[in-house]
Amino acid sequence: MGHQTALYQKHQQMNAKLVDFGGWDMPINYGSQVEEHHKVRTDAGMFDVSHMTVVDVTGADAKEYLRYLLANDVARLQEQGKALYSGMLNETGGVVDDLIVYLMTDPDVAGEWFRVVVNCGTREKDIRWMSDHTASFDSVALTERPELAMVAIQGPNAIAKVTSVVSESRGKLIQGLKPFQGLESEGWFFARTGYTGEDGLEVMVPEEYVADFWQALADAGVVPCGLGARDTLRLEAGMNLYGSEMDEKTSPLSANMGWTIAWDPADRDFVGRKALENQRSAGVKQKLVGLVLESRGVLRSHQKVMINGEEAGEITSGSFSPTLGCSIAMARVPVEIADTCHVDMRGKLVEVKVVKPSFVRNGAKVFS
Amino acid sequence: MSDIPSDLKYVASHEWIRDEGDGVVTIGITDHAQDLLGDVVFVELPEVGSEFTTGDDLGVVESVKAASDVYAPLSGEVIAINAELEDAPELVNSDPYGDGWFVQIRLSDVSETDDLLDADGYAELCEAES
Repeated sequence: MGHQTALYQKHQQMNAKLVDFGGWDMPINYGSQVEEHHKVRTDAGMFDVSHMTVVDVTGADAKEYLRYLLANDVARLQEQGKALYSGMLNETGGVVDDLIVYLMTDPDVAGEWFRVVVNCGTREKDIRWMSDHTASFDSVALTERPELAMVAIQGPNAIAKVTSVVSESRGKLIQGLKPFQGLESEGWFFARTGYTGEDGLEVMVPEEYVADFWQALADAGVVPCGLGARDTLRLEAGMNLYGSEMDEKTSPLSANMGWTIAWDPADRDFVGRKALENQRSAGVKQKLVGLVLESRGVLRSHQKVMINGEEAGEITSGSFSPTLGCSIAMARVPVEIADTCHVDMRGKLVEVKVVKPSFVRNGAKVFS
Repeated sequence: MSDIPSDLKYVASHEWIRDEGDGVVTIGITDHAQDLLGDVVFVELPEVGSEFTTGDDLGVVESVKAASDVYAPLSGEVIAINAELEDAPELVNSDPYGDGWFVQIRLSDVSETDDLLDADGYAELCEAES
């Protein structure tokens, strides 16, 4: 028996199929992963993501600490609640984890508070890594927030449905959120972020309230969705999964994360900067692309990408795309790849189309 | 607990076999198997007329989760396939013992059916695997 979130009983009541995920008993689906997927693309679905790790970073040096710890630059956060996606790199430029950081405080008011959300499977090493790097800063404190449950409500009707089940003042706050912004309301935190390629919210709730919140959402027609649908949704959206698209041995430059590296200002030192600069000047040899299989069959992670009969790369994530009705994948391949290649699918070579690693946004196909 | 009809026979690789008389059987995968696979998105079936020996690969089921081989539970010749599965592979999930059937085979050696599991035997096997 693994860790259980505060929604465990709700999952059982709603007939979830539970699996071990990073030491947590989490729903993989509540019947049909494909139906849950479609619900998020066309209406609204909700995910229990309470297993994810929330760390608050406070103190006079919080900002300078994060500017050193992360490849993206938190100094770019100029408005209360704004969020930034970033890699947390090691000295060789590999990815320790990917994360989201929110600026919790008003930038015009003294004192700083950032909220960082990291992956569940990497919790222990992340906390150790983050703690170790506080050593060269006088005033920075890390506080884990395990008492916060987290629910992601995603889909074109997600924001309206969440608004319908919260108080009027919280509803106003939600309606005022810009994309990639999150704000607190008396211990609850509403963020317009997600991992599906749809509009929606990620809501942090003190765990004693989360079961009632979940039930109210279900009563409002929001469909519970498991990790299975979460994975096909993020794959269609071209979003990386730590451990699949990147890890401690992968450069963000070969994982479609170049946009998350803030090179300017050039005098900002951050962990991994030197290694990345060396990689950049030596020339990056591999990149992450999307693959589309227009014939039957399903691409799977670790299948080999073949170019001119030679093994040239590997699929990092592959599945069936319920929205497109065919199989899609992300793969790491040589940068000079053409617009088609082959994949060794269970001993059979199949031709696939090479596209940018993004397939579906806001319910619609995005590649041609 | 998954559904295991008592009028069918089973093999350990999670196929079910229905005796249609005259040495003909219908074959599919069990409720337990479809539950393990999750949503089925493609089914690859053999051609009518092809011949199989017990244990041969009969086809492939691709679900959102994994690709899984389907084995011939008995030897014989394929005399019909369920063409519906091409457009509606989800029938394997919704009706594994009915509209989600895979193939019909004319047996080449009827005595092989003696080795099949009955519902109780298959239920015990699923229990032991879980």
